[in-house]
Order: sequence, then C-alpha cells, then structure tokens
Amino acid sequence: MRRLVVILPVLLFAALLGIMAALLTDGERNNDPSRLPSPLVGKTAPVISLPAIAENIPGGFSTEDLKGHVTIVNVFASWCIPCLAEHPLITKLAADGARVYGINHRDTAADATTWLRRHGNPYEAIGADTDARASLEWGVTGVPETFIIDANGKIAYKHAGPITPEVLEGKILPKLREAEGG
Amino acid sequence: MKQIPAILALTILVVMAGGPPALAVEPDEVLANPVLEGRARAISTELRCVVCQNQSIDDSDADIARDLRLLVRERLVAGDNDEEVVDYIVARYGDFVLLRPPFQPNTLALWLGPPLMAVIIATLSVLFYQTYQRRRRAGTGPEPLSPSDRAELDALVERIASTNPPSPSSVPRSRFRAEIEEGLKPPPDPDDELPGADESSDNDTHAGNADTQRQT
Amino acid sequence: MIAEIGQYVLIAALVLAGVQAIVPLWGAARGEAGLMAVGDRTAIAQAVALLIAFAALTHGFVTSDFSLSVVFQNSHSLKPMLYKVSGVWGNHEGSMLLWVLVLALFSAAVALYGRNLPPTLKARVLSIQAMIGFAFLAFIIFTSNPFARLTPAPLDGAGLNPLLQDPGLAFHPPLLYLGYVGFSMAFSFAIAALIEGRVDAAWGRWVRPWTLAAWTFLTGGIALGSWWAYYELGWGGWWFWDPVENASFMPWLFGTALLHSSIVVEKRDALKSWTILLAILTFSMSLLGTFLVRSGVLTSVHAFATDPERGVFILAILAITIGGALTLFAVRAPGMKGGGLFAPVSREGALIANNMLLTLAAATVLLGTLYPLILEALSGGESRVSVGPPFFNATFGPIMVPLVLLVAVGPLMAWKRGNLRTASRKLIPAAVAAILAIAATFLAVPDGPGLAPFAMGLAAWLGAGTIAEWGGRIKLFSSAPTVSLRRLSGQPRSASGMTLAHLGLAVMIVGITGSSAWRTELVTTLSPGQTVEGAGYAVTLESVTEGRGPNYSFERATLLIREDGKLVTTMLTERRFFPVANQTTTEAGIRTTLLSDLYGVIGERGRTPETANAWTVRFFVNPLVPWIWFGALLMSLGGFLSLSDRRHRVGAPRRAANAPPANPPSQPIPAPAE
Repeated sequence: MRRLVVILPVLLFAALLGIMAALLTDGERNNDPSRLPSPLVGKTAPVISLPAIAENIPGGFSTEDLKGHVTIVNVFASWCIPCLAEHPLITKLAADGARVYGINHRDTAADATTWLRRHGNPYEAIGADTDARASLEWGVTGVPETFIIDANGKIAYKHAGPITPEVLEGKILPKLREAEGG
Repeated sequence: MKQIPAILALTILVVMAGGPPALAVEPDEVLANPVLEGRARAISTELRCVVCQNQSIDDSDADIARDLRLLVRERLVAGDNDEEVVDYIVARYGDFVLLRPPFQPNTLALWLGPPLMAVIIATLSVLFYQTYQRRRRAGTGPEPLSPSDRAELDALVERIASTNPPSPSSVPRSRFRAEIEEGLKPPPDPDDELPGADESSDNDTHAGNADTQRQT
Repeated sequence: MIAEIGQYVLIAALVLAGVQAIVPLWGAARGEAGLMAVGDRTAIAQAVALLIAFAALTHGFVTSDFSLSVVFQNSHSLKPMLYKVSGVWGNHEGSMLLWVLVLALFSAAVALYGRNLPPTLKARVLSIQAMIGFAFLAFIIFTSNPFARLTPAPLDGAGLNPLLQDPGLAFHPPLLYLGYVGFSMAFSFAIAALIEGRVDAAWGRWVRPWTLAAWTFLTGGIALGSWWAYYELGWGGWWFWDPVENASFMPWLFGTALLHSSIVVEKRDALKSWTILLAILTFSMSLLGTFLVRSGVLTSVHAFATDPERGVFILAILAITIGGALTLFAVRAPGMKGGGLFAPVSREGALIANNMLLTLAAATVLLGTLYPLILEALSGGESRVSVGPPFFNATFGPIMVPLVLLVAVGPLMAWKRGNLRTASRKLIPAAVAAILAIAATFLAVPDGPGLAPFAMGLAAWLGAGTIAEWGGRIKLFSSAPTVSLRRLSGQPRSASGMTLAHLGLAVMIVGITGSSAWRTELVTTLSPGQTVEGAGYAVTLESVTEGRGPNYSFERATLLIREDGKLVTTMLTERRFFPVANQTTTEAGIRTTLLSDLYGVIGERGRTPETANAWTVRFFVNPLVPWIWFGALLMSLGGFLSLSDRRHRVGAPRRAANAPPANPPSQPIPAPAE
C-alpha cells in the first residue's frame, strides 16, 4: 500500500510528461486560440443577409442565395495582408469553377473597391459586413476565414487563416469534393 | 450646459458584485437600463475573448471583444435571458469561449477533481484518527515484546542475576525484570501532564523544554 | 569583445557545473574529504563566472550594443537607463541567465555559509545544485545564447514592450527568480537526504532557512507583480488567474506547505517523507512554470516568444530532474521511519491539516491550469475548453475558508497533544471580533454581496486570533507591563515572524474582500471642463495636455475629484504612445488612502468630429485595495524577521554524532512557533 502511494507521483508525472511531449511535438498544433474547431461545422449556416459593397460590384447576398449549390464563402478585408496572400488561390478556385462568395469584413466601400480593382474580383457576389455583425453570426474570429457550404446550406468545413497551396490541396479541395459528392 | 443630458445618457454607474472593472467597455456601448447593463457586464466577464490570451470580453479592447459585448447587449435588449445569450455565443464560437467551463463529460475530471481530492484527504484524516485511537488504547509504549525478544530478555536477566552475587536486599527476579521492561519505555513526556491554561500559552517554550529534557 | 568574455565565462560555468555535479558526489560516496571539498570551490567559481557573464550582458544593454541579437530585439537607444538595465532580464535569454545566476548564488551561499553541515550532505547538495545548473546552462548555450551576434549590427533596437517599462516590473522578475530558484535548495537538500537515506530533525532545521528565504522572496515577487498589474494595466485588476500567474502561485502554495511541514520535521521528527515529497514538488512547480512560460504550450499575456525546440529541451530537463527525484523518492520513502505519536488535536495535527489544505489548493490550481492542455492532447485537438477566473474563484475560495479558520487555531495548540478547551477559551476574542466584523459590515454595506461580511469576519477571526495568541505569549494584560515587555524582547524572532505573517494574511483578506465586493466605477466621456457625478464623487476633467517623454508621446489628463463639493485630490493620468513598439499604455492616477484607492484613467479620444475634444474617462473607487499589498508586505517582513532568527543565522546545529534520530539537538533558546 505504502509502496503504491509513493509510486503515484511518478506515474502522474509520467502521464503529464507524455501529454506535454505530445503537444510540443505536434507539428499541426496551432496555438493561436482563434483557430479553434468551429461548432458550426455540420450545422445549417446561421442566416445572414448582406448588402453590396458598391453599385458596380456584383453583390449583396443572403444565406438563401447559397442554397442549391456547394459554395465557398471567403471572409476577407482590404486591410488584411494574409488575405492578399491567399487571393491568387481564391481566384484560381473560382476560375476552376467553384462558386466563391465573399464577405467583406470591417472594411470601407472605397478601400474594398480599390483593392478589388487592383487585385481582381473572383467572387460571385460580395456582401459588405461593415460592422462585422454577420461575421459574428458565423463565428468568425478574424480574417481571412473560408467556409465550404453544401447544397443544403450546411457548413461542411471551415478554415481559419490564409489558404496556402498545402491547405488547398490537403483540406479545401477534398472537402469541396466531399460536399459535392454527398 | 446643453451637453449635460448627453453626458448623462453616456454615463453609467455600475455597482458590481465582485466583477472586474471595465478596461474596455466604452461609454457608447453602455445600455441605458442599469439592470440590463449589470447583466451584460456579468455575462461579459464569463466569456473569453477568443483572439486574446486569457482575457474576458469585458477586459479586452480587441475589435471582436467589442463586437461580442455589443452582441450580448443586443440579445439582452431583444429579451433573451442570460443563459440564452451565452448559448447563442457558444453555438457560434464553441465551449472555448466559456471561462467557466460547463459541467459536461469532458470536464468531469476538472470539476470533480477538487472535491474528490478533498474526500480523499478527509478519508485519510479519519484513518489517521482511528489509527491514533487504536495506538493510544494499546498504550503509547513500545510494541509488546515478541517471543524472541522475550526469550532474549529472559536470558539477559538470567545472566545478570548469575554474574552478580546475590546481595542481602536481593531483588526478586520478577521485579528486576519488570524494572528493565519499564526502562524500555520512553521517559515520561512533560507534555502528557496537561499544563494549566496560563502555562500552555507558552507552549513553544514548553515544547523547547520538552526537547531539552528528552535530550538529557 | 565584452560579449565574447561573457560567452567564454558562460562556457566555463558549464564546465564548472559539470565538475561540481560529479566530483563532490563521488567524493561523498567514497568518503574522501578532498573530493567533497571541490564542490565548495567550483560553486563559488561558478557564481563568479555567471556574475561576469551577467555583467557582460548588462554592459551590452547599457551601451546599446545592437550587434547583440537580444539587445537589438529588446532594447532601444532612446530607452531610459533603468529600463535598459531591466531589459537584461525582460527577455527569454537574459532571464534564463538570471535564472542560472540565482541558482549559482544559492549554491555559493551553501559553500560559504554551510560550514556546519556534515561534509557529505553539503557535497551532495552542491552536486544536485550543479546538475540543475548544468542542464540549464546547456539549455542557454545551445538554444538561447544571450551573446549571439548579428552582422551587420543594426542601427537601433526594436525596443522593450512598453508595458514592461515600469519600475514595478523592473524589479519583479529578480525577486520572483530568487523565490522560484531558491526552492532548488530545498529540492537539493531533499535529494541529498534521499541519497543518504537519512532525514532527521537536524535536516529539517537546515532546510528551513533556505525555504523561508525563497518563500519570502517569492511572496514579495508575486505581490510586486500584482501591484504592477493593478496600476499599469489601467483597470484596477490585480489577479487574473492567468496560467503564468498560476505558475508562480503553485510553487508559493507548495512552498508555504513545505515551510510548515519542515517545522514538524525539526520539532517532532515526524512527517519526514511527506516533507521530502513537498520539497520535490515545490521546486518541480518552479520548473513546470519555467516550462509553461517558455515552451509555447500555452498562451498567456506574460509568455515569452517561444520555439518548440526550447520547449523540448526544457521538457527533457523536467523529465530527468522531476522524474528522477520522484523515482528516487518512490524507492527510498517506504524505508523511512515514521515519527512519534501525536493526537489529532495538537500542533502537529494543525500543521498537517494546513498541509492538506494547501496541497489541495495547489493541486486545484494545477488541475485548472493544465486541464485545457490535457483535454486538448487527449482529444487530439478536437475538444478545447478554457478554464478562467470563474472556475478558480469557485474552487479555490472554499478551500481557503477552513485554512484561514485554522491559521488562528494552530499556534494555540501544544505539540503532541493539544487541549481543545484551553484553545477555545483563547479563541473567544477571535470569535467576538469575527461576529462584530460580520455585523459591522452588514450594517455598513447592507446592499453589497452577501458573502462579503463573512469574508470580513474571517479576516477579523484570523487577525484577532493571531494578536490574542501573541498577547498570550507575552502575557499581555495578564501580568505587569514590565513582565510583558521583558517577554516581548525575549520572543524568538521566528515566533514574531509567524505572528507578522499570519497578521499579513488577515490584512490581505480584508483587501481582497473590499476590492472585489464593493468596487464602484464610473465610465463616461468628458470634454475638458466637464464634470460628472458618480461613485460618490464628482469627477472633473480639468485639462488634457500633450507632451513627449523619453521614448513616447503622451496625453496627460488632469482630473479633479470632489466629494461633497470639497476637492479631494487632483489626479494626473496619462495615455502613452510608444512609436517604436506602436503600442499604447496607460498610467493610472491613483490616490491611496487607508480605506480605499481612487483610481482614474484617461481613455481614447473621441473619433467623430463631435467628440474630437472629448475623452473616455474611467474612474474607480477600489475600497481597501491597498490592504492587499500591505498584507503581502507584512507576510514578507514576517519571513525576513523569522529568517533573522539567531537559530537560522548561526545556530544551525551539528548533527549529534550517533544520536538516534528521535533526539533533536537541544537548543538553549526556545523553539520558534510557526
């Protein structure tokens, strides 16, 4: 009994070591608290309805508009550097036939218009989320974030942070195919 | 002076019950209804700002924290009760936003850990008390002599008795043995005679004396 | 050039630590005095080497030598001199250097002042210290070299986090490290005792001053840190249950338990294996804190910039140090003899209860701090929760209540067998004070939180109980004043230290209760000249001026605080902008009185044209908050007073040769109370 008791601290410590080692060596682990599993995945996307940024930019959309097709919804802003970094990949996705919608997060019409003119507008439609209220509704923690919505309006996948070629190949495209297949 | 009403509208005085103060809450966020505002503040202190490091939305001046503070107030004004407001945000951001983790399967160990440890400690105390009572009833002296000890003692008594020539006031062997056994017991501890009230106020000096006495 | 010297002596210190880790241990095993004595010299040489290294790094910061990578990343030529110096330990590399320096200083102190220790014990203690030092020196040299050069040297530095440019924070880390690292002494004594297989009252007496010193420093360090948070973070909070705060609090809780249990070892030769375990756990918590802060496994406002390689290295150090210690404990502890018999109602019993509650509290904080990590690892990242202040308040508070009740009772108990009836008679003043405090608080603040009066009652119980016990000891009122005076001067300092520390705890509870229960606040927008009433005061924003500090620009607001039309105070509060770091900090205006703090902060200027000449002004009344730090100060002073006791200073006795362990060496002076 006494022997068992004195071994207990060693065992507890060994378990703790294992846990810490697992966390430290997990290359996938992202310690940024904003990149958390979203509870919305698998659920119907909360209803939002957004106006267009400006008259000459196709846009304004609501969750109703997303139904019937698998869509990608990309949350972006002109002031966001990582958004610019992922923009070519978003453009490529759209060029390859994906229906990409944009949520313009906490931005001004003028800045967003200039940005789109300079870098191109791959979006089917863009909704202006000036006060970030719609982003809140979808559990967005920062820009950029990308959602895949299936034909029934359910959120199939969410990626927080910029899309890199690895993320595109490893996560976005498979999930997109899955959503289209199912 | 015409600015005064505007200031009053923007001003709120909240007497918080143990809540942290507002670093972040800006005057324009504050609800006119002090009861609702008080509830909003209480809810805000329990919600984590997801992009911050261990700050509640009430403490953080991050954009999203402000947005969430406004959302909390919006839901309260819309008539939600506190639980509904929290559920609304948890549905979008997950359990991670709760600074008070919910009591559910994956937090059982967290919430039950401290009470369980308390129970273990209480059990140990009871066990200790029982051991004490048992040992006290058995007498505080050394453990009873084992048969081999007894045999050794008998032999010793025999040897001493045989080497020492019997004196006139010869002590019966049985009493001699009793004295040896008595000698094996620890010296009487002065602590055992409970001191008077005044004396025991000095128990440090007293304990010190006890040490010295035992030493000598 | 000077940095290169620093680099060389750092490597020299590593070599010295290597020698010290092996030779004295070997000498102790073979009983060769010559080999054992090597430890003394290497310990002192190591301390000197690290002092030189630390001076070299300080030189780099003071002269703004931006060819040094750490200086470039953490300093700036415009920074005031004080913060150039404190910048030395305001970063990962420099603070690690401070860490090993403190460790080496403690070792050198043993080498210099531990003459009365048995040579084998001293040799082993120094070896264990050197093993820890070797591991961390290797960590510094291989992963965190403070003397790494940049070529070409940048023209100017990146600056120190403006939040850290504050006198309170400048001295907070050194104190904290003296505490954290100081517990290594208890650890090394414990391991040495386990190797020798001998723990007795003399051991308890030797280990206590070191524990006491570390505890005193840690108390001061934590208090200073929370005071800094209070006035610098701009909203009057002082404890946030942040993981890094918890990392400093856990060694404190275990260390407090250790402090009390080592008394039982010293006085009664009991609780020995438990005390050894506590010594190991206390320093393990220090190491765990070092790991948590520097490895990047958790996020905290206080965490250093991290990389996983460092984390793995420290984890390996933890595995060897803590794992090795606990394994040695598991092997040796069952063979250790239990102590003498004592009644549940006795000084020993009270101290054991104290230990149980403190351990429970520490374990709760540990569980809450690590739980998010444990859950994340076990669920593969799928399950994430936060454990924040609401959890800790809900669990930690209830544990503290019986503990505080007990603190007043324990010192009234006699060793071995206490008398409950006598003790309870002496607790009458405490009970009366508690009831009066509860009633008075109810009457004074009828609409406050319902638990607050009971918390005040608890503080009164502890305060009055402590004073009554002290009064009893010096026979206050029960005999002639001259007798009391004589007894007062005859009190052992360690006993007075205990009284002071316990009193400090009572004072601190008053502060905690007041500041968390009855805080009032006023948040408003004011233009210069405007007045707003609230929180019992009229607050006028008299003016806002702009200006420049050494490395920042500021907006300085003058607030007039009036009560019933009378001017109470004129308060200055600043909002500082640091262009190098692109960061804003606030300097609160604080007026402290015995009963409360008035706390004013200027916020952002309005952004719209209508509000362009208006600022957010926050004004708080924080009742009793100064008592928190006054209480902590009393606790630290109590620690120092106890430390200055003759018995601790020169009296550490020789272990009586061949004396059975049950006989603690006698002392001419009365034993201290704790």
